[in-house]
Amino acid sequence: MSLGRVGSVVHKEVREFRRNRFVIGTMAVLPLVFLITPLVTIFRTPESASSSQVKAAFGVISLLMLVVPVVLPPVIAAYSVVGERDQGTLEPVLTSPVRGSELLLGKAVATFLPSVGLAYAIYAAILISIRLGAAQVVSDVAFHPPQLLAQLLFIPLLALWSIWVGIGISSRATDVRVAQQLATLASLPLLAFTSLISFQIITPSVPLAIGLALGLLVIDAAGWRVVSHLFDRERLITGRANQAGADEGA
Amino acid sequence: MSAKRWFQRRRTGLGWRPASREGWAITVVVVGAVIVVVVLLRSSSARIPVVIAILAVYAVIALVTGGSKPGEAGPRQPPAEVADDAGLSGAEQRRALGTLTAGRAVAASHDEPALVVDHLTKRFGARLAVDDVSFSVGAGEVFGFLGPNGAGKTTTVRMLATLIAPTSGRARVAGVTLEAANGVEVRKRISVMTENPGLYMRLTVAENLAFFAGLYELAEPEQRIAQALAAVNLGGRADDPCGTLSKGLRQRVALARALLSNPAIVFLDEPTSGLDPVASRDVHELIDGLRERGVTVFLTTHRLEEAERLCDRVAILNTRLRTIGRPDELRDRLFTKRLLVRTAAPVASPETVFALPAVDGWRADEATRYELDVSDARTAAPEVARALVAAGADLLSLAEAQHSLEDVYLELIADDPEADR
Repeated sequence: MSLGRVGSVVHKEVREFRRNRFVIGTMAVLPLVFLITPLVTIFRTPESASSSQVKAAFGVISLLMLVVPVVLPPVIAAYSVVGERDQGTLEPVLTSPVRGSELLLGKAVATFLPSVGLAYAIYAAILISIRLGAAQVVSDVAFHPPQLLAQLLFIPLLALWSIWVGIGISSRATDVRVAQQLATLASLPLLAFTSLISFQIITPSVPLAIGLALGLLVIDAAGWRVVSHLFDRERLITGRANQAGADEGA
Repeated sequence: MSAKRWFQRRRTGLGWRPASREGWAITVVVVGAVIVVVVLLRSSSARIPVVIAILAVYAVIALVTGGSKPGEAGPRQPPAEVADDAGLSGAEQRRALGTLTAGRAVAASHDEPALVVDHLTKRFGARLAVDDVSFSVGAGEVFGFLGPNGAGKTTTVRMLATLIAPTSGRARVAGVTLEAANGVEVRKRISVMTENPGLYMRLTVAENLAFFAGLYELAEPEQRIAQALAAVNLGGRADDPCGTLSKGLRQRVALARALLSNPAIVFLDEPTSGLDPVASRDVHELIDGLRERGVTVFLTTHRLEEAERLCDRVAILNTRLRTIGRPDELRDRLFTKRLLVRTAAPVASPETVFALPAVDGWRADEATRYELDVSDARTAAPEVARALVAAGADLLSLAEAQHSLEDVYLELIADDPEADR
């Protein structure tokens, strides 16, 4: 594993994102939508609202905060491999010394940084807004420590999961649009999981948050291995699987 | 530095002055969102923090999605025509090529061939793409790989570049045995210029090369990028986005990328495909330069005159290897040597005149043109000339028939049933 090669991939990917209209549009408009709705909900909540009403409202907000890292990255990640193949840039890259695992890790990190950065920024903006002007009852719910911990831990871990799903699909798909649709569909189970926490069907507590986070971490680490194994140079170049065995030299 | 100046310096897509239509669209959405929030929360004291929150996220988006727009950064470049018209024969370019390939000539002097292919076969399901191909390429040699479409040329190159695994057979590439575990080691020693340049169109020329310099983990990448661009006469276009370059210039960028890592073997797949004659000549000169510096070049091409002009040896492939050798050797091997005789008037009793030990047979093409089969043209030509003069014939010309590599190719491929697959 060469961190230098991974860094090169990250650098290139970020440069490309910043000049890609589709990526800019997705990364700019979606977070704004996810910011405005919660803010309006929060600031329309009166001081007289009951704790249960506030908890229910904040459950929706928490869900929206976790939807950002689940929905945003797959759109970009799903493009990462099949998109390069479509534009003819994949073959020159595959003839360079980069290993498949390095290439995929670089692409994952490049997707992870802006997605998680935006998700944290939105969450921070909401928390600051609540602290500055929302009703005290809202503030009490929002700054509940297990809730905060769950959000802080789950945002990057859920993002990583959806990134590996997106890249895995991208490594096997034959068409960019199909890859993006499949990756979005594949992130739906994650949404179900986040709903359970947000609506406190699974009541967030510090041990539970840490336990679930560790579980997600293991899944994310395994995701890199699985997706690296799915990465088959021969399949990507010729559309046929490598009959000679695993792409171990990748 | 003021915030305005800071945004302007970064030339962000967003910010105070959006640099693109998308930037404007996002800014309009944000302004609309602020208005909606102010209206909805008009009776709430919280509208100010909400607006601040929206603007804060907008600023983060500007940071993440903004950045130098290609072509805007750096000093202005000379107009395209200037660089396009410049050739590759300048002393500076040769010097740059020499620096890029420094040390390669020493490596090329070793006895071990650069490439040894031994009974290589590739099957895609029921279809045989490459069948039992064996050959070797010497270090520093320019080796032409010819064949019709679907002959297995690209498949062979892909196998040697570790992109696809052979079904059977072995190979050594730049001294490394071709097997999955050695993939990275093989790829470090070679470079492949694919027929499609495969450039990132949103990145500049220098950024494209910087990416590959990183993948090869080159020391002093900026210096090597500058040398590679100088070698292909693109030094003045480093900051141009690849999407704005002509096809010829893109091909040159791909060549620069192939030279960047000082590879032992350069695989060039149709390097002059789609190029105009001047650009093709430039590429040919570059290949000559690589040969002089001991770089092994594996040239896949459809252009037979290109192969004849550039290659030390050629192989003709049509799933199986049909022949291999120097172009002149192939001509000798495939075609009987012939002398072409032209006289002012028909030769009286040519069967007597051409009955010479050096002449194996003859036929009249026209009344005053004769084709003579000979085994050694140098011995036969003077004898034939003397016999014609002795017979009183008015000899206009006597020449050896020349066969091109195209004749060799057509001779081998035209009657090949596999050519029609």
